[in-house]
Amino acid sequence: MMTSASRASAWIAVIAAGVLLSACERPPVDTVQRGYRGTGMEQVYNPRIVAAQATANTAPVDSPMVPPGGPAAKTVFKNVQVVGDLGVGEFTRLMTSMTAWVSPDQGCAYCHKAGEDFSSDSLYTKVVARRMLQMTQHINADWKPHVAETGVTCYTCHRGKNVPDNIWFKPADDKRAAGMTGNKAGQNAPASSVALASLPNDPFTPFLSGAADIRVIGDSALPVSNRQSTKQTEWTYGLMMHMSQSLGVNCTYCHNTRSFADWDNSTPQRGIAWYGIRMTRDLNTKYLDPLAGVFPANRLGPTGDVPKLNCATCHQGAYKPLYGAPMLKTHPELAGVRASIVPVDAAAATPVASTGSSAVLFFAVGSSALPAEAGKSLDGLIAALKADPASKVSISGYHSAAGDLPQNQELAKQRAFSVRDAIKAAGIAEDRVVLQKPQSAEANLAGEDPKARRVELALK
Amino acid sequence: MLEYQNIFTRVQAVSPAYAGIPLATGNREREGPPIHVHWIGKLGDAQIGPIYLGWLGLASLLCGFIAFEIIGLNMLASVNWDPVQFVRQLFWLALEPPPPSMGLKLFPPLNQGGWWLMAGFFLTASLLLWWARMYRRARALGMGTHIAWAFAAAIWLYLVLGFIRPVLMGSWGEAVPFGIFPHLDWTAAFSIRYGNLFYNPFHMLSIAFLYGATLLFAMHGATILAVSRFGGEREIEQIVDRGTASERAALFWRWTMGFNATMESIHRWGWWFAVLCPLVGGIGILLTGTVVDNWYLWAVKHHVAPVYPAVFAPVIDPSLIPGVKP
Repeated sequence: MMTSASRASAWIAVIAAGVLLSACERPPVDTVQRGYRGTGMEQVYNPRIVAAQATANTAPVDSPMVPPGGPAAKTVFKNVQVVGDLGVGEFTRLMTSMTAWVSPDQGCAYCHKAGEDFSSDSLYTKVVARRMLQMTQHINADWKPHVAETGVTCYTCHRGKNVPDNIWFKPADDKRAAGMTGNKAGQNAPASSVALASLPNDPFTPFLSGAADIRVIGDSALPVSNRQSTKQTEWTYGLMMHMSQSLGVNCTYCHNTRSFADWDNSTPQRGIAWYGIRMTRDLNTKYLDPLAGVFPANRLGPTGDVPKLNCATCHQGAYKPLYGAPMLKTHPELAGVRASIVPVDAAAATPVASTGSSAVLFFAVGSSALPAEAGKSLDGLIAALKADPASKVSISGYHSAAGDLPQNQELAKQRAFSVRDAIKAAGIAEDRVVLQKPQSAEANLAGEDPKARRVELALK
Repeated sequence: MLEYQNIFTRVQAVSPAYAGIPLATGNREREGPPIHVHWIGKLGDAQIGPIYLGWLGLASLLCGFIAFEIIGLNMLASVNWDPVQFVRQLFWLALEPPPPSMGLKLFPPLNQGGWWLMAGFFLTASLLLWWARMYRRARALGMGTHIAWAFAAAIWLYLVLGFIRPVLMGSWGEAVPFGIFPHLDWTAAFSIRYGNLFYNPFHMLSIAFLYGATLLFAMHGATILAVSRFGGEREIEQIVDRGTASERAALFWRWTMGFNATMESIHRWGWWFAVLCPLVGGIGILLTGTVVDNWYLWAVKHHVAPVYPAVFAPVIDPSLIPGVKP
């Protein structure tokens, strides 16, 4: 029989366990393997958090594109400094879109003072908006290594709000640091900037505004010249926590944690992130800092600095902002280059991709039979082989991660064989076809991935 | 009627207080009347006291209290002396060592690591005094000094982390902050900075001894409880005079793993595993940064780290591509 004392202590234990676990995410979580087996290269997703983010990261419905042409906006309107080459129709559509993206509640009057001419620059918001248009064009034109063809629009950051949700300011100096006691040394507080770690909580000023060295790990086994300290490492660690949190990914999205520094162990995303860091620095120093005199005091930070951006400003918890929705495609004017109108879904995925010097053929599940479109995609390659009798073609078969490994490896081989037979049938001698076993025929993603069931061909 | 159970038991033997053995001349007797606490008896012996602190014990407690106060009051100051925030943020708060720019400066400004040096000094003094007390009390009771030396192994790791290695590196900033999450973040940052501590062979050994010690302790504790119905808890007698408990336990392990320790050797196994854990761990920390800068590259060099097949297309460090943006 339980005494009242032991019943009370049991209750205390239950409550204490509840309090301790209250900050934890509840299971189950999904794990996706994306590196070599056994290396812990896995992405962990909480499906409930992903579901909440998916709705928050949906791109809005865009207005239909208007044909270019007509008089240029700068000849019709006054004081059009940035997108004046656009036709009036395109220009008006852009202004309407910007209103929907940035100030849906206030409308045009957010930037154009009511009662004044549209050309008036009397509102600071208009001056900032102009600078941000230039910044958007700069990102889309000059930072393709980071934003690729997906690009960014005003909506990528603003999401229908005047000020994007995720901006940062330099924090006010810690008053206690100048006194006798209680110096936090810029860390040791549950700061959301570093995902509630006790790490230095402003990694942005040195790394995303300044250009302090992020690399702290030495490149030689023995101590030679690397003087970076453990404390310095905590700053880099803080920045990485921010990146991880902003993208909703683990460290292993970019790094193999057996060696954070080693590029050979890293994923391609690390290179893209590298450009992202440089892009953020570039934007903060060249586009936002110069707006210092433009923003009113209520938009400035505690030390009087302008609002600045970091990874979360665009990404907002998604590995790609808006999960890679290509909003730029229907707003080519924001890419800084004019593009002709193409229907959005013209570029929808086809099962084959091919150029004259290489081709990729995708196969059905468990099948090594040539896909129906194979002939078309091999045509260019076969023509190139016929044009140059000295050239050879290499063929590598791949398989998805679903199923039994030895069986899959055999399948990858059979897929390569059937492509070889097709090339032979087109009149190319067998000795010009090199079957090349890939270093790893496996897929990067666990489970069934249509892009993994393929044969790659390359002209040599 | 209470019945003895060998997992959880409600049996608590109540006996008159034990006064202890008579001590040699020059040793003060323990002070105060002994008391019995039933709740303490659920965890260990119900008897508390009489107490002996002596000069070593008093000095140790005083030094420990000073260190505790320096750390705690600095934490409290860092949240503007707000007791509510102190409790809410306690796990995040810390007293940081001097910044690396101060090097090994003996008297840095108080708020830039000076307090940390003082806290470290008093905490170290407290630990060393308590060690001396443990050694002397063991001797006074005519015991061996095994406990003191096991404690010394832990003090060795503490000194390597907070004193010896920082001195060799020429910077107090390399030492560990006093704080709960901060010292954990420091540990992760330390491993990252020095290229992954898991490739440090002394770290590997230390982990083996850590898990090995817990495994041995679990095996031993389970064995003794399992044979307690045959008098297995009388381990000391059974070292020299094996009874049926000892024989059954030995036979059990011979059956299940082909080999058994003895009533005596199991305690040597346990002691050495426990002692070697911080001992080799300390060596591993001592070598980090002083002798080896990147344990991963060290392991590659010495063929410890395996090479895995490439999965991704080769990734090139963009900073090495000529003409790339900074």
